[in-house]
Amino acid sequence: MDAIISFLTDFNIRNVVLGAALLGVSSGVLGSFAVLRRQSLLGDTLAHASLPGVCLAFLIVGTRQALPTVLGALVVGTIAAFTVLLIIRRSRLKTDAAQGIVLSVFFALGIVMLTFIGNQNNAGQAGLESFLLGQAASILPADVRLMFNITLIACALVLVMWKAFKVISFDSDFAASLGIPVLNLELLMTAMVALAIVIGLQLVGVVLMASMLIAPAVAARQWVKSLEMMVLLAAVFGMLSGVSGALLSSLGRGYSTGPLIVICASVIVMISLFLAPERGLLWAAIKRRRHHGVLRTRQVLTDMYHIAEEHNDKQYPIEIGMVNSLYGMRSERVLERLRSQGWLRYDQHMPEEGRHVVLTSGGYKEAERILKDLTKHD
Amino acid sequence: MIRQHVNNHESGYALHVEDLTVSYGTKPVLWDIDLNVPPGVLAAIVGPNGAGKSTLIKTVLGLIKPAAGHVYIHGKPYVKQRHLVGYVPQRSSVDWDFPTTALDVVTMGLYGRLGWLRRAGREERRRAANALEQVGMEAFGNRQISQLSGGQRQRVFLARALVQDADLYFMDEPMAGVDATTERAIINILKELRSLGKTVIVVHHDLQTVSQYFDWMLLLNVRALAQGRVEDVYTAENLQKAYGSQIALLQNADIPSAKKSVISNEVSQEALQKN
Repeated sequence: MDAIISFLTDFNIRNVVLGAALLGVSSGVLGSFAVLRRQSLLGDTLAHASLPGVCLAFLIVGTRQALPTVLGALVVGTIAAFTVLLIIRRSRLKTDAAQGIVLSVFFALGIVMLTFIGNQNNAGQAGLESFLLGQAASILPADVRLMFNITLIACALVLVMWKAFKVISFDSDFAASLGIPVLNLELLMTAMVALAIVIGLQLVGVVLMASMLIAPAVAARQWVKSLEMMVLLAAVFGMLSGVSGALLSSLGRGYSTGPLIVICASVIVMISLFLAPERGLLWAAIKRRRHHGVLRTRQVLTDMYHIAEEHNDKQYPIEIGMVNSLYGMRSERVLERLRSQGWLRYDQHMPEEGRHVVLTSGGYKEAERILKDLTKHD
Repeated sequence: MIRQHVNNHESGYALHVEDLTVSYGTKPVLWDIDLNVPPGVLAAIVGPNGAGKSTLIKTVLGLIKPAAGHVYIHGKPYVKQRHLVGYVPQRSSVDWDFPTTALDVVTMGLYGRLGWLRRAGREERRRAANALEQVGMEAFGNRQISQLSGGQRQRVFLARALVQDADLYFMDEPMAGVDATTERAIINILKELRSLGKTVIVVHHDLQTVSQYFDWMLLLNVRALAQGRVEDVYTAENLQKAYGSQIALLQNADIPSAKKSVISNEVSQEALQKN
């Protein structure tokens, strides 16, 4: 409640929340395509590689200004992305290895430059480290406006190019055979991702930025049956994690916004992985259990059939204690299920004995059918 | 630089390829391919693993840039004739966990003619549904593609090509890894396309069925070793040229002029896949 009240009154928090929401929308939309094209790690490479760009911009300009920082991050990030492409084209390395190498080299370079700048005793360097994990408090209204424009451009682009983006993401060879300029559009998508990342650096930082691209998209994929819904839901999830992370961080001093946003996004991912219908782990577990139940009833039915056969008596009463010891566990629930399906009935044999079960004629036929099905597949 | 295309160059052929050479790195994958496929045939591209069969199709379609050579379709350069061409890529080339339905995938075959901005409407969905019906998948239109079996996915791909209403079809191993029913369904559709006067060029990996299914073939192993009517090309000598001494077509008594001495007992991968 306090957070909401301060949101309405505190100018700075409002900036951060708005910025985080916009970042969530743009990275959710663009991230959906990146994830489906198996390029989620490209975002990570771009993000990490922008650190030396930020440092380079500082070394050239001498102060920390928004425009040179963004430009530096964009230029060096692009160089890194092209290096990855070059390595894949020219060597036998696969995409993941190439991305891993480029990512760590550029990030290491960035850290070295960061310490170098730190040792220079330049007053303007203060807060350059905040690019590592983001510093929401430094966001200005101008930044929010920039983020708004970028988000608008990203959404408009996706809307206009929808069919092309969709068919490229699903089947790029087929897209090319239709005459769609696949390479150019892929570059455009990558450029948009780079832009979204650079914009998010201030808020989330280079280390965690990639998860803003991946998490909302992955979570959305769990719930949807169409690309339209995936992109929409990813935007909603991104916005939700941005806003809740920003609000949570405003609850106390010193809670960094970036990591909190990422944690919120991860919580959404966790919930989606477990609870989403059909794809969720919980759903799968329930299905498996139900399946097990069916298997067990069929097992019991056919075993009773075999016992009746052995005794040459279709109406042979079997004591429940016998059934229990056959499986080494209690079988009353399975037997009750069989009875409710009309495949067996309860009976009493001798007064001092426990309850017995007898196959009905329907149960006998069902057992025969199951056994015949089994042998048919051999 | 002015690059002028020649119109009506070898216009008697559905597909005319000349001097086509492709290399990855230092080694040529395709070398100096000359190919003339007449219209209205059901053609197989046959050759051992790594012979460049898929590469040939992809290069013809402009997905791979050749080092040399040109591709003409019905007498005009490929880029001008793209609307006449339909394509069925290998099934394994896409991620089938993509969030979409069978009908939606088929609709993608119409994106080329819809242009950039127009969205698929009722007419497009109707045509896609028709194509699904043609491949016997009308009941699966709303099914998520992740829930389809391999054979069903192949049929969806085929339906997407049918909806393109092309004149010349390229299909990359449409019969790989599908069950006998699907294989029969696919070949029936291919024959139907041929009877409509269309040309269908298929990368085919199963030597045993070539003469049964196709009437024209190209034997490929980096070079175009032989091409023409199946009864002329499908000979033991030619097959040995493509597959080397490891060829085994033991069961195939119907290979013309097949001498037992030419056929070794080593069974090739291709032959193994079917047996």
